[in-house]
Parts: sequence; C-alpha cells; structure tokens
Amino acid sequence: MTVNQLSIFIENKSGTLVKVLKTLKDEGIQLIASTIADTAEYGICRIICSSPAKAYEVLKAAGVAVSLCDVFAIELDDEPGRAADAIELFSREGISIAYLYSFLLGGKGVLIFRTDNAEKATKVILDNKLKYFEEKDLSKLA
Amino acid sequence: MIWNETKECMSRENRRILQGERLHKIVDYAYHNVPFYRNKLQQMDIKPDDIRSIDDIVKLPFTTKQDIRDNYPFGLMAAPQSEIIRIHASSGTTGNPTIVGYTRKDIGIWSGCMARCLSAYGITRGDIFSVAYGYGLFTGGLGVHYGVEALGASVLPASTGSTEKHIRLLRDLGVTGIACTPSYALHLAETMGKLGITKDDIKLRVGVFGAEPWTENMRKEIEEKLGIKAYNLYGLSEIMGPCVSYECEEQNGSHVNEDHFFPEIISPDTLEPLPYGESGELVFTTLTKEGMPLLRYRTRDLCTLYDEPCSCGRTSVKMGRLLGRSDDMLIIRGINVFPSQVESVILSMPECAPHYLLVVDRENNLDKLTVQVEMRQEFFASGFDTFEPIIRLEKEIAAKLKSVLSISAKVEVKQPGTLARSEGKSKFVIDNRKIQ
Repeated sequence: MTVNQLSIFIENKSGTLVKVLKTLKDEGIQLIASTIADTAEYGICRIICSSPAKAYEVLKAAGVAVSLCDVFAIELDDEPGRAADAIELFSREGISIAYLYSFLLGGKGVLIFRTDNAEKATKVILDNKLKYFEEKDLSKLA
Repeated sequence: MIWNETKECMSRENRRILQGERLHKIVDYAYHNVPFYRNKLQQMDIKPDDIRSIDDIVKLPFTTKQDIRDNYPFGLMAAPQSEIIRIHASSGTTGNPTIVGYTRKDIGIWSGCMARCLSAYGITRGDIFSVAYGYGLFTGGLGVHYGVEALGASVLPASTGSTEKHIRLLRDLGVTGIACTPSYALHLAETMGKLGITKDDIKLRVGVFGAEPWTENMRKEIEEKLGIKAYNLYGLSEIMGPCVSYECEEQNGSHVNEDHFFPEIISPDTLEPLPYGESGELVFTTLTKEGMPLLRYRTRDLCTLYDEPCSCGRTSVKMGRLLGRSDDMLIIRGINVFPSQVESVILSMPECAPHYLLVVDRENNLDKLTVQVEMRQEFFASGFDTFEPIIRLEKEIAAKLKSVLSISAKVEVKQPGTLARSEGKSKFVIDNRKIQ
C-alpha cells in the first residue's frame, strides 16, 4: 500500500539538484516520479525511483541530506474526476493530505501522497478497495 | 557653552597633575578592594605608592574583556553591593554578559560628564531633548537621560521602536535635540518622508549620535535630511557609558573627559604605548570610578588621539573617528555582537554542524543580521519529509540568538557541507554595510 520515497533537502542554488540526480545516474537508478516543493531559500525534492534503499545509501554517502519514508501510492483509472473521487474518501474521514503528486504510468494514473493519519488512511484504502502499489510493484515497472 | 570650564579648559600641566593624583588614588583603591588587581599588581611587584604621576601608568597591567568575563558577575566590583545603586549589562564574548556597577558618586560623575557633552553640542535648559537609545540594560538610554536632567533640559525618554509615534512627538512638542544611533536617525528621516513630514515641520536642531561607527558621509546625509547639526558621542559601558568623549562645534574629533577617563593608544600587537597622532588600540583607565574601577582597559576600538589645541577652548585630548576593531566584534543596531556568541548557540544545537556565517546588511538604514547555519545530515535523515522541522529549527535558533544577542536575527538553514570551512574567525562574517 505504501512505497518508499526519497525526500531530499536542497538549497535554492544552481548545481544542488544536478548533484543529486547525477549521483543516482551513476548508480543506474531510474526515476519514476519526482517533485520539488520550494520556499524562498530551499526546497524538498521528493523522488520515487527504481531502488530507493540503494539510492538512499549512495546519496547519504555523497553527503546529501536525504531521508527515506513511506508514502501511499494508489492507482486510478485515467479518466477525469477520479482523483477528486479518491481524495474525497479521505476528506470525508477527516484525514488531511500533507502533500500529493500524480503521474501517468502505462495508461493508469498514480497518486502519491502523505496524510496526517496513516492508520485511518490505510483503513480508507482497504474499505473502499482502492487499488494500490507496493514497493515490489514499482521495481517491476522501472 | 562649556559646562565645566575648570575641568574642560584646565592647563595641560595642571590636568596631568590632577590625573596623577587620581591615578595614585584609584590604584590604591583597586589594590585594597579588588583581589584581582591586588594579585596582578603583587605578581608584577608593583605597590600603589609606586604610582606617583600619570606617566607611571605604563607600569600598570592591562585589563581585558576576558578579565571581566572571568570575574563574572561581581568579581571586579570595588564597592560593596550596598553602595552600588545601578547595574548595567552588555554583551560578553560568550554567554556571560558584561556586568558593570555604579555607586551614587559614579552616577553623579556620569551625569556631569554627559552634561558636558550636551553643553558642547549646544543643548541648554531651553531645549526639549529626546533620548532614542534603548532604555534598559544598555547604558545608552539611561546614560544620556541622566545627562539631560543634570543639564536641566526637558528629557523625552522616547527609547527605541514606535518610530511614527516618536516623529509625531518630535513635531508636536517642538523637540530640538535628539540622541540615537546614526542609522536610526536616517531611518527616522525616511519614515518622516513616508508620513509626508518635512524637516521644516520639526524643530530639531541638534543630533547626538553614537553607539555605532558612522562616516562623514552619513553625517552630511543626516544633517541635510533632518536639518540639524550632527555630533559624535562616544562611550562604552565598561568605562562608564555614553559620555567618555564628545565633539564640540568644530565637529572634528571628540574631546575625552580625561580628568575621569585617561586615554592611551597602544599597538595591539606589541602592547607598547604609541605617541599622539599614531593610530592603534584605545585604552582607558577610570580615574575616579568607585563601583568598578578599571586599569588600562583595552577597548579594542582602533583610533588616533590628537593633542593639538582646539578652537573651542577645551584643552582635552581629542579622539579621531573609530577606524575599526582589533577584535571581531560587530555593532549591529547599536548592540555589540560577537561571532563567538553566535557560535555558542550553534554549538548547543545538536541538529546543526559547527559551521556558521553571519551576514550583516543595512536595509532602509536599519541593520539586518542573517545567520546561516548548516544542518547535520543525520538531522534530516530521521524520517523527515516536510519543511516543518526545518522551520521549527530556524525558529528555535532565532529565539536562542535573540536571548543571547538581544537583537533579532534571521536564520537560514543550509544543506550539509555548503558553508565554507575556514580557519580565521573573520571568514565567518560578511559585513555588507559601508560604515568604516
């Protein structure tokens, strides 16, 4: 139901993102999705990739401020309105979304997100029989 | 006008005799009342009676800020607590502030010396004078305040902050004199502009500026924008507070109240005294202070002393403009800030690496301090994926800095390995203000 996401603290200055991406490239790690949230001075880059555990180790060894965490990954049909329907299920239970991003993969939509209550969110996913990804599914895709 | 003509205009020879008598007395007093000085003098095999004239001052040991810190809080006080009627505190180089204590006689001398300064600036009983230095532990506010009262002008204890209200009072009360930091004077002028108040709407005539270094260009700008005469005032809390030296109508060098505070210039490297006219580190000996007498206190301020006669009639030695510091102290919004104070805060934070950078800017004539710190890699690695912990860390560091420095600083957290590692302390500071 959850997948591993890399969260990387980067300053808003040229060259910092390249360093991170090159480190992953050199290890043959493939990005599946990535997003950057930013403030005036710094950002957090969130990455879903083919082998997160390995990526975490190499980035750490390169001195990068990186953490590995579990985020929900659910699959949606590639049709208008499916994301709204899905998020409403969580909202109805009073669960807040901390952040969310989405991408298309093989004709399906994928929503990656983190909530303020993982336990309740898990129950929503199971109760509503939402399709979800596990870590092993991702490595197959990449 | 000259407030105390006897003392300010006495002949050089008579002053040196007076200084010699006072030096002997103060050394004797410190020897018998401050164990720190007794031990130091005994180690150097000096007895109070060896000090017979002001020329003997070179035999005496120096006192440093470190000595004050080592004797925190009351170790250097010569008078018992029951005789101390005022205590001030300023920044120390690390966590401990520098504590100074004053007896009733000290406060009287301070007020009298301050009245001499104000009188030289042309302030009389007919003036309303606004004191816009911070009131409180800092000596600026209360120091000038007591001088204005001693002189007999009407004091308006405006303190700092609430600039708009202050401007309104300046205009409505017809305030004619003001004391504040030079950068605050420019801020005041700018705020007046925003409020649509011109220099013709106010009656300010005299501005008294100190607590931070300023340039001739700033003087011209302040005089032009506020329509006043701008004078320098120098002092430091260890020696007394504002009143140590002051400009006269010549606006060219500051007369030292040297019957109370004896100045010397030394080479900061060899510690040898330098003749008048040469620049070096300024050293003061308090000749009359009862609360906390200091012998040959190294101010770390760099400047030059001149003994050419002055057209104003005062015979005292004059100090040139401050040329800088022989240590790494910064003056930000009139407050002394040592990089080591910031360092002590950073080192106390397990989330941060022991690297930092202080950036000082002047925006809209107000100093702004930014402290860049580097997070440790481990801090982020622990299950971190939002900005919240970083913002919390910035706020926590900012609060600690505020309590240690007494001024607000903006904190910027940087990623690991990005701040320069340097050996020299000066590399930890970027001062973008052009004030020297």
